[in-house]
Amino acid sequence: MKQMGKVLGGFVMGLAFAATSATAMAWEPTKPVEIVVAAGAGGASDQMARMMQAAIQKNNLMKQPMVVSLKGGASGAEALMYMKSSDGDPNKVLIAYSLIYMLPLSAKIPFNWRDLTPVAVVAMDQFVLWDNAGGPKTVKEFIAAAKAASSPLKMGGTGSKREDHVLTVFMEKKTGAKFSYLPYKSGGEAATQLVGNHTEANVNNPSENLEVWRAGQVRALCVFDKERISYTTKVTETQSWNDIPTCKEEGIDVQYLMLRAMFLPGKVTPEQQAFYVDLFQKVTQTPEYKDYMEKQALKPVFLKGPEMLKFLGEDDALNRSLMTEAGFVAN
Amino acid sequence: MEAFGLLLHGFAVLMTWKILLLMMVGLVLGIFVGVLPGLGGPNGVAILLPLTFAMDPTSAIVMLSCIYWGALFGGAITSILFNIPGEAWSVATTFDGYPMAQQGKAAEALTAAFTSSFIGSLVAVLLITFLSPTISSFALKFGPPEFFAVYLLTFCSFVGLGREAKHKTVISMALGLLIAGVGMDTVSGTLRMTFGSTDLLRGINFLVAVIGLFGISEILLTMEERLALRGHAAKISLRVVLSVWKDLPKYWATLLRSSFIGCWLGITPGGAIAASFMGYNLAKRFSKDPESFGKGRIEGVFAPETAAHASGTAALLPMLALGIPGSGTAAILLGGLMVWGLNPGPLLFVEHKDFVWGLIASMYLGNVVGLVLVLTTVPIFASILRVPFAAVAPMIVVSCAIGAYAIQNAMFDIWLMLGFGVAGYVFKKIGIPLAPFTLALVLGSRAEDAFRLAMIGSGGSVGIFWSNGLVGAITTLAITLLFWPVIDKVFTGIGQVLRPARAQIIGPVKVSRVPRQSSTE
Repeated sequence: MKQMGKVLGGFVMGLAFAATSATAMAWEPTKPVEIVVAAGAGGASDQMARMMQAAIQKNNLMKQPMVVSLKGGASGAEALMYMKSSDGDPNKVLIAYSLIYMLPLSAKIPFNWRDLTPVAVVAMDQFVLWDNAGGPKTVKEFIAAAKAASSPLKMGGTGSKREDHVLTVFMEKKTGAKFSYLPYKSGGEAATQLVGNHTEANVNNPSENLEVWRAGQVRALCVFDKERISYTTKVTETQSWNDIPTCKEEGIDVQYLMLRAMFLPGKVTPEQQAFYVDLFQKVTQTPEYKDYMEKQALKPVFLKGPEMLKFLGEDDALNRSLMTEAGFVAN
Repeated sequence: MEAFGLLLHGFAVLMTWKILLLMMVGLVLGIFVGVLPGLGGPNGVAILLPLTFAMDPTSAIVMLSCIYWGALFGGAITSILFNIPGEAWSVATTFDGYPMAQQGKAAEALTAAFTSSFIGSLVAVLLITFLSPTISSFALKFGPPEFFAVYLLTFCSFVGLGREAKHKTVISMALGLLIAGVGMDTVSGTLRMTFGSTDLLRGINFLVAVIGLFGISEILLTMEERLALRGHAAKISLRVVLSVWKDLPKYWATLLRSSFIGCWLGITPGGAIAASFMGYNLAKRFSKDPESFGKGRIEGVFAPETAAHASGTAALLPMLALGIPGSGTAAILLGGLMVWGLNPGPLLFVEHKDFVWGLIASMYLGNVVGLVLVLTTVPIFASILRVPFAAVAPMIVVSCAIGAYAIQNAMFDIWLMLGFGVAGYVFKKIGIPLAPFTLALVLGSRAEDAFRLAMIGSGGSVGIFWSNGLVGAITTLAITLLFWPVIDKVFTGIGQVLRPARAQIIGPVKVSRVPRQSSTE
């Protein structure tokens, strides 16, 4: 296969690939392809799906059109069950995130990502600890304020017993401070509530707080990763993503990254799977994708095949242990 | 005055043939989308979004927002002609619009609906033009307690000001709240009342319920009445339009009140739906003749339509200024903005002046063009009524089914719609009002979430609903409206007691007995 060359040739532009990777007898979709979003309109998954839709359309990566289908009902469970019931349908792609591990545990949704066909991991999303621009200036001051507060500080986040909630619990465990967690319906809502001073902090993804950060309404305290975000272009007047310290540097040893991955329904043919692996690999080469990664401070990665399976297995185990330790697994 | 200059600049951006053409196309598509039940503004905009990827952002947003205006106009058409709300916010329009159509005044009702839509949008656009910087900071004042207070206000105004028997309103509302609880509970992250069914996971969709409750049940009722719905020859002419317009100044208070409610609820994402109901109820409350509402009073069309459109338009303001969409359609437009590389948020007004003011200018133009367009097509729409019921009914049922299916692409929703159709029929037969039910269904889970978040934040103290002037005022107003009939009686009681009391000077002892009497009714 020529995949080796592709992995190495990250510098080659997407359009060039359209010519090289066309094989004579490859499977192709004959109907419009549905890209299934397990979240509401305007959320991070929706934005990413629309970026892919635009990238595929503008660069002519596929003959059939791609439509975004929002299945954010029941905190995204709707999308999972929809994919599960679409066995053998190669015209539906799920854009998945950590809910594929967490939702079956917390809400006992009869779903296992192993029932679906993995295509590719296309990015990793960061989590950042934010507070209001008028609040404490460093992590240490923030934790001190949290410990000194007479009633627990309010931490906003998306949904209950999910990534944001887990991170909050682990911050409590590592620092000894207490927070009261307010589950909002979306990251956007959590962002505006922080700006309006209705909560004291949140652990939004960079994309969810980007605009209020640029407007100087919130402060980025630390990022929950082993290393700093690599982008060094100034985003606000004074700071780039790279200027945000890691939480470990600041004394909270908590790390969490969230996958953004594509899945097909179960029981599709290897040719169909191969078509989409190829398609999304091309997407990751487009300028639209690269722009998006930088703007939203996502980690560009591309995993497929056995590499992806290994990653999913480890990630699943990690999320399971975090959920168990946080006490979020339903009996 | 800076705003004025920028607005003129915005008009200059728009005045090209290409943009005007896109505007017309968008409006026509929007009206169609608004007429089909279920296939509302959000779906229309979502389906057409990919078409705009190749356009420049300004043309794209002008076209998409024109679809939005078109859908806002179109939603009223089916409400008035068939008692089927094309859009959720048109539910309140059916209360008086449909009786008017039955009395052969379909043209007047439609003209009234379109005109008031126009007025509502215009007020909201003026607000956006001149107040956008200050208004967006007002929206930030809304945390969970404030949101809950607004929802409470909507619920209370319904119970307190409604025409129906109070217990029936409460029963209907309670049933709605119960149904709204089905599905995932965001606050605890667990499932409720799904009984292991995958179809119930996503909850009961509000529009599916509305299509069934209003559309299907209406067909059932009409069938029982031996297909009595006959086409009334609606004579439409410039004269009708002008005569409705001539009467407009009489209703200035209603129009102003509804515009205000709409702008307010649009900015604080309470939504067009709550606004239309509240506009209707308050118009009835302040009317000299509340009994005539629901029987085909033109004011009953003016009030909800003005509020719904003011709110639908104002909902774009928090989207542009804060990145929080005030409505479903605004949420899709938000997604579109991001595809075009524009990030809604506090900096949009600073960094993309051309775009923002082009959009605002397009709101003025789109509404003027839209009004002319719908008014000239009123005869076409009203003539649908002349088609025999036996021919129209199957088409309505099919279009309801398509609408219910299209919302979430689920066959289950069609069965659900039929179920709600039967429920709506039974409700109408035993005299339980449908409006409180639908209101509770749409606002129930938001109200619940807001209440529980407020409780988590306050550690369980109800005092949080009076913790600052804003939330305190709204909550107090809500409770006042809930007990309005009682309070009203007390005041009339005081009035009656005081008149003879001028001679005898009787203390408040007697007065305090009045509410007790009224509450034992």
